This record gives sequence, C-alpha cells and structure tokens, in this order.
Amino acid sequence: MAVTLRVLPMPADEPLEEPDSCPRLLAGPSIDRGAERFADHERRLGRRPIGGEWLLDVMQRSGLRGRGGAWFPTHRKWRGVARAAQQRGPATVVVNASEGEPLSAKDRMLVEHRPHLLLDGAMIAAETVGADAVVIYLSRPARSATRSLQHALAERRPRGSRDLPVRLVTTKHRYVAGESSSVVRRIGGGPSKPSFAPPHPSERGVLGRPTLVQNAETIVHAALIARYGDGWFRERGTDSAPGTGLVTISGDVQQPGVYEVDLGSRLVDALSAAGGVVSLPRGVLIGGYAGTWLDPRNSSDVLLSPDETSHACGVIGVLGRDGCALVETAHIVAYMAGESAGQCGPCLLGLPDIAQAMSRLAAGCADRGDLARIHRWCDQIDGRGACHHPDGAVRNVRSALEVFADDVERHLRGSPCLDRGRTAFARPPRTQRGWR
Amino acid sequence: MSDSGARLRVDPTRCDGAGYCAEIIPEVVSLDDWGYPILSEHPLGDPALLRLAERAVAQCPRLALALTSGTDRSR
Repeated sequence: MAVTLRVLPMPADEPLEEPDSCPRLLAGPSIDRGAERFADHERRLGRRPIGGEWLLDVMQRSGLRGRGGAWFPTHRKWRGVARAAQQRGPATVVVNASEGEPLSAKDRMLVEHRPHLLLDGAMIAAETVGADAVVIYLSRPARSATRSLQHALAERRPRGSRDLPVRLVTTKHRYVAGESSSVVRRIGGGPSKPSFAPPHPSERGVLGRPTLVQNAETIVHAALIARYGDGWFRERGTDSAPGTGLVTISGDVQQPGVYEVDLGSRLVDALSAAGGVVSLPRGVLIGGYAGTWLDPRNSSDVLLSPDETSHACGVIGVLGRDGCALVETAHIVAYMAGESAGQCGPCLLGLPDIAQAMSRLAAGCADRGDLARIHRWCDQIDGRGACHHPDGAVRNVRSALEVFADDVERHLRGSPCLDRGRTAFARPPRTQRGWR
Repeated sequence: MSDSGARLRVDPTRCDGAGYCAEIIPEVVSLDDWGYPILSEHPLGDPALLRLAERAVAQCPRLALALTSGTDRSR
C-alpha cells in the first residue's frame, strides 16, 4: 500500500483514516476455499426471504443499478417485467454471468464462490417479478463456475421446495454474447448475436415471454438488499452511486484480482486494495476493452463511479512503466474486430481497418494520413452497429489517441516505445470461432 | 427532435452495402469508406425527398431500409 501512496500523489488535506471496508458480496469463507456450501451459507445469512411486490419499493429506495455496464436502475427493470407478467403471463428471469469482457472476472467469480447467494437472488427476483422459470447464462469456458453452480443446485434440491427449477444455458465466450438481445436469442436456441432494434426483453424476451435479464453481480446485491434493506445498502458508496461493487484489477499491480470497493472510491484506493501499483503506471484502462484510458499522472483522484468514468463495468487495467498504450490499444482493437458478430458492415469491415492502422502506429511506421484515417473511421463507425460493440472499440481508440497524444507524435516521427512486443494485460484465452 | 417528420432508417444487420440508396437520394444518404449508408439525421420535410426516400426503401435489395416517424429514436 505504501508503494501506491508514494507514486500516486494524494491530496495533503485528506484524513488518512481507514474507511469501513468489510466486504459484502465477498463476505464469508475465504475465497481460496472454493464455493460456499449451502449449510454454511444458511448458517451465515439465514434462510432467504421470499420475494414479492414489497421488494420493489425497497429496491427503488436502495438506488441499485445494473452492474453489467449499463447502470440502469434495477427497480425500473423489475417493475417493467412485473407489469408485463401481470398482463401476459409468467416471466423468465435470466442471470447473465457470461462476462465477455476479457479483463473482467467478477461475475464468474461470484458464481463459482457464492453460488447460493446468486441462486437466492435469482429466486427472490423471480418471485418479485412473477417469473416461473430461471435461467443462469454462462460462458462455456467458465467451467469451474458451471460445476460449482451444478453442485449448488444439487445441494439445494432436497431442501429446495421454495426454489423454482433452474436451467443452465452456456454460450461461446464472445464479447457480444452478454448483450441482452444476444442472451435472449441464445436461450431461445439461436446464436448469441445481438438483434437490431429488438423488442425490449421485459416485453418480449425468451420465447416471447416477459424476461428479466440481469447481470450476476446485480442479482447478488438484490439478494442482500432483500435481507438487510435499502438503508443498509446505502451505508456504503455515495448518494448517486450507493453500495459496494466488484472491480477486476489486472496488469501491473502487486496482487491482480477481484476486489470489492465502495462505489465512488478513488482510483488510488481501489489500486491499494490490490496491493498498489508496481511502478508508476504508463496508463490506466477503466471499463475494459470498451473503456477509456486515463493518464495516471492526473487521475489518482478519479472516482470509481459511473458519473465520472461513464461506465459501471468494474474493470481496471494498469499498464506498467515498460508498456506502450498504443501497442495495447492496437491489440485491443484487433481483438474487438475479431469479436464482431459480423452482422453489420461498419463493424465487420471498419474495426479491422482501424486495427491495422493502429498496429502501424504502434510499430512506429504510420504516417499522418493513417492517423487522419483512424479518426475518420472512428467517426464513421460510432453508433452504426446493431449493438454497441463497435462504439466501445472506438471509445477505447479515441481515448488512447487523446490521452497519449505525446506518444502518438513520437510514434509518427518513427520512434516507437521500447519493448513494443510486451503486453501488460493478461490476454484473453483463445477460443474457437462459433456462436452457440 | 420535437418534430415528427419521417426519417430513413437502416437495419445494419441486413444491409450489405449495395449502395442504391445513396444513388437514389444522395441528399440524405452518404456512404462510409466501406460503402455502407450513413443516414442524415434531418427529417424528410420536403415531399419530393419523401418520394425519393420511398423509392430507396422499395429498391433496397436487402429490404434493410425503412421510413420511420420522427418519434422513433433508432437509426
């Protein structure tokens, strides 16, 4: 922690007291001990409450918002599904743990280590919105999470008279597989690709039924809010971003991993949870591959709340001193190009072109024409896909060109950073192409 | 965006960049570097433009174009 304090300056007038930092989602047995067993779970937290209409107001007062990246008020989503279910028959609840973002591991970690809290949340949500079916949606490579969940379901079955049946649906690990219209299509038996202007899932989702598609972390927060109430939830975080949240911190920190922080924490505090940075970072990527770069020299006071960083997805990648942000960005946009669902021309054709030009820039052999083309292509691609996949890639590229403008100049003059083969972030696992 | 004029809208998952629309109604449709249509945000107030837009919709080989009312936020 001392390392962090030294290299990332903090305001002098800040009182140095430890905030209440007890974990909520990650409370209970140590994470290295694997999945929490059902008996331990119930001993620790008691039996789960039964969901119902009463919970809608509690959720509203809690201010919980979706933690899959969209930051949508959870109670509004639940009310929409509940209304549709009253008019049109039973709904389906989908817990989305597919987590296609390569730098994020929080959702699969929750599924793997706190499966019963997740199942509690799914049941409570189903009872509240009027659902008679629950689907847990997972990425296929997340095998230990899947096994843990299957084991948890078997544990609950003898006692689980209060539980609805649960179906596990897996998908290829693809960046866009977690987009809600992809989720709906996949669970209906199709490919996990986004639809253009789909009906809202709360109206017509899985098999035409009203459907609640909710990120795994959000569901787990709901399981705790149902137990402890909205006042408890708001004891942490800020007024506009209440509660705690999970962040996956990777790259050049002492202990990369998933950490629980108060929303609205400063970046520097989140990094000290991971033991601090190893060296003065070259750049910090907030929000994952679809996120934005920050210059660490002036961002230690940046607050980790969507108001300030523009997305809720809890991902921090720290690029160490020896890294080059342009190299990283070239890798990232190439990856994003490969992850295109291939449905929309500007994404299918535009992202590879940007990736090629970015890699020339990263290698120090691009000219000003390349740079102008990258900017023009970003403008042309932004907002023109059926989903926001191309927008995310463009956001990353634009922020890199802006934040690392000095590096761009140097690269254009033909002198790229040293060690340009190095990459600082864990690379995503290789997956075969496919959509089911 | 309070006006309710009709707008052209493209389904990007259907469009494969044939480009007829940009030939028929270049006032509203331009093409990006890969030949895919970029549609103007302006409503089609002029009846002559509206007729051209209707023709573009009818001529699209992929049935990717549609006319929508101004209240629709989609592209």
